[in-house]
Amino acid sequence: MSTSIAAINELQPSGRKLRQQRVEKLIKFFLMIVAASGMLITTGVVVALVRPSIDFFRSISLGEFLGTTAWFPLYEPPDYGVWPLIIGTFSVMLIAVVIAVPGGLAIAFYLSQYASDSIRRKLKPILEILAGVPTVVFGFFAINFIGPNIAAKIWVFSDIGFYSSLSAGITVGLMIMPMMTTLSEDAMAAVPRALVEGAYALGATKRETCTGVIFPAALSGIIAAGVIAMSRAIGETTIVLLAAGSTANFTFDVGQPMQTMSSFIGFAGLGDQPTGSTGYQTIFAVGSLLFVITFILNMFSRKIVARFREVYE
Amino acid sequence: MVDKMVNATIPEVSSTLPKVGSVLRMNLAEGQSSSSANFANEMIMESVGLQVHYGDFLAVRDVNLTIHKSEITALIGPSGCGKSTIIRCFNRMNDLIPSAKVGGNVFYKGIDLYGPEANSGEVRRRIGMVFQKPNPFPKSIYENVAFGPKVNGKPSKKETDEIVERSLKRAALWEEVKDRLKQSAFSLSGGQQQRLCIARALAVNPDVLLMDEPCSALDPIATARIEDLMAEIKTEYPIIIVTHNMQQAARVSDRTAFFNTEIGANATRPTGVLVEYDTTRKIFSNPSDTRTEQYISGRMG
Amino acid sequence: MSTVVTTEVMRADLRDTTSTSRKNWDKAFLGGLWVFTLLAIITLVVLIGTTLLKGFTRLNPSLLINFPSPFPEDAGIQAAIFGSIWVVVTSGLVSLLIALGTAIYLEEFADRKSRLNNLITINIQTLAGVPSIVFGILGLAFIARGWLSWGFTVGTASAVLTMMVLPVMIVSAREALKAVPSSLREGAFALGATRWQTIVKQVLPSAIPGLATGSILGVSRALGESAPLILLGALAYVSSNPSGLSSDYTVLPLVILKYTQEAQEEFQAVGAAAIIVLLVLLISLNMIAIVIRDKSRKSW
Repeated sequence: MSTSIAAINELQPSGRKLRQQRVEKLIKFFLMIVAASGMLITTGVVVALVRPSIDFFRSISLGEFLGTTAWFPLYEPPDYGVWPLIIGTFSVMLIAVVIAVPGGLAIAFYLSQYASDSIRRKLKPILEILAGVPTVVFGFFAINFIGPNIAAKIWVFSDIGFYSSLSAGITVGLMIMPMMTTLSEDAMAAVPRALVEGAYALGATKRETCTGVIFPAALSGIIAAGVIAMSRAIGETTIVLLAAGSTANFTFDVGQPMQTMSSFIGFAGLGDQPTGSTGYQTIFAVGSLLFVITFILNMFSRKIVARFREVYE
Repeated sequence: MVDKMVNATIPEVSSTLPKVGSVLRMNLAEGQSSSSANFANEMIMESVGLQVHYGDFLAVRDVNLTIHKSEITALIGPSGCGKSTIIRCFNRMNDLIPSAKVGGNVFYKGIDLYGPEANSGEVRRRIGMVFQKPNPFPKSIYENVAFGPKVNGKPSKKETDEIVERSLKRAALWEEVKDRLKQSAFSLSGGQQQRLCIARALAVNPDVLLMDEPCSALDPIATARIEDLMAEIKTEYPIIIVTHNMQQAARVSDRTAFFNTEIGANATRPTGVLVEYDTTRKIFSNPSDTRTEQYISGRMG
Repeated sequence: MSTVVTTEVMRADLRDTTSTSRKNWDKAFLGGLWVFTLLAIITLVVLIGTTLLKGFTRLNPSLLINFPSPFPEDAGIQAAIFGSIWVVVTSGLVSLLIALGTAIYLEEFADRKSRLNNLITINIQTLAGVPSIVFGILGLAFIARGWLSWGFTVGTASAVLTMMVLPVMIVSAREALKAVPSSLREGAFALGATRWQTIVKQVLPSAIPGLATGSILGVSRALGESAPLILLGALAYVSSNPSGLSSDYTVLPLVILKYTQEAQEEFQAVGAAAIIVLLVLLISLNMIAIVIRDKSRKSW
């Protein structure tokens, strides 16, 4: 194609052609700068996190950060043991994933194998609306419904308070479920039709085709989706901030209030932390941890998807 | 019923129907009198006025075929003539395409596959299918073959082992894979994968085997192995095969159905029609229809 | 004819032989799928129901007109509505421009296999996976304080939301450009148009529906986002509408967050009413996107 353009250009007056070519080059260069500017953001994120984190670890030893179990960085005297946040993060994430992954998978199976076109056309918008509900609204829902009516009713193992990581986890799970559905559906749609037909041709029922062929064939895509769901659950701030309270309890009892890494950052942001104070730097240290964990999860998920493509394309 | 009445108004039908009918009657007559003739084989499947719509589009119409025991029946014709669509009617695979509507009947030993007495799952179990491209499941070689028996009843470990071994042997694959049954099916070559798919189909012990261009993705050597295999198993499993390759049809089949396309009135896309159905020898040496002759001699398609 | 033949042979039995236990498993499986599908539907219904029940008493003009107040019956969300509009429009426009530039470069100019192209794509994927609160940290470090020191202003919030929605915007802008048939480009080239002329005169006009729906998607994300703005002062008590990029601001999601945290039931009602306003805005945006999508589909 480029040769044909060149050929046409040669027929035009040479002065105009030259000027045009120069303008085109300039535009291309300018667009390249714009396109590359996105990389500045990533660099900015890393730089923003690293500097204050280093300062943080100058005043707080890694031994205290990872070796103690009390997290009260904004109180006097402060404690900087990060374990309560890590346990809180993983409790909420686990509960969320336990709801969102089977839920998303089930809905994806239903939509792709069972639902008629007309049902699919009705269900899809409902899921889209659910996926578009802001997290703060889910937070409100957690406090006003999930907490008192669901979490408090099903948690019989200990006294459950107004704030609990169970309530936060359930709500985060419901919030992520539509995304998990979409990603699983994509993974299932990538399973070659021939495989599905192969199963039906052997007399398999829909269930047997779903669990025996589609699920294993889409497994890497589904795992990738699950990993992204984990990453989203870990990064969720507002729901947890509202539903799980603001005490970083060192506990495995999900009926208790807990703090996650994200909700701690949000909580610290509620108050005004003076620049350079250790409280301010804590935001960045925890932010670094959060960024690294989600970055690794997302990279892992992309790797799986890339390998998955090689098998079938 | 309605379909047949509609068909009856199309003039061409009246010219093809008696022809097929006469072949059929002749076959039966000879079959009853003499067992040495090729025609002796008992008929087990029959399509009557079979036609398929995709939405409003008539993909193929008025297909009257008879399938006989211990024989290979080949469906040939230019692309788009509906042969793959037809073969998928013989085990109700078209059910899986929401827009596909099947008219007419397909009988298997007197039972209409599309009638109230037939269950699609049972139909597919009894009438197995091998596809164009090898489609092993993302499981081990063993699990691929065991999949069918496992879903269609719960055989013991020992029974399953036996079924897997027997099926792989019948598909002439056992010697090549017996030491690596636990390996992924994807580790096999294309030809081996296709034989694995045949073994997988045989593992549920079907009564008929449908093969939709089973060699189109294979090299000549792998193709020859599959063809040998077909000849070996046809006495146990009558085969209906769709093929692009006329030589293949001539080599392996006992009967051949030639399909062609026509543009019907008010239609924009070609509809497939069954032009001629007869013994393979007759089709390839002395076809009754000039269209068949043209296709066979390479002047068409 | 067929009946004559079929009476001669043994009739087959093709009735369902599926065992009861297999059928029960099939039913249980489908039941499980239904349970989760219903869970999604019920979640949406109960969520909207709870909100309406709590908020309908405050769904009145004073909610939209009034500014915040220490008395719940007087508290309104005008400042938050205008704050949201300012922030969302600014970040929407800026991110659309950047996304469009990036998409045009990647789809129309760049060599598909080049390392830079690859790097840019990977970077977009990375950005899409960054938790939104981390963008808040970036904004806090470099924009609100530090290097730019814009303070807790509309400008800071817009910049952070721009970065946050950029990956969504870029992906949908690329899709929109990809959807333009290449015959259009070839036609323009054949008439002697340069690449840039082709893009401006042919490609962009036909990509408008796709670009519009993509931008609406991004704008919806920005409109509902709360986490990064917690770090950027949006929770402040703001009793005037923003007048420019350097104004103080608050936004709807943060007003909701604040009122939801209040112990007083009457304040929670204000929060619920604000949620209804936010949801109505979001659903209207989605409707617009759907209408654009359907219209463009018909015209092609």
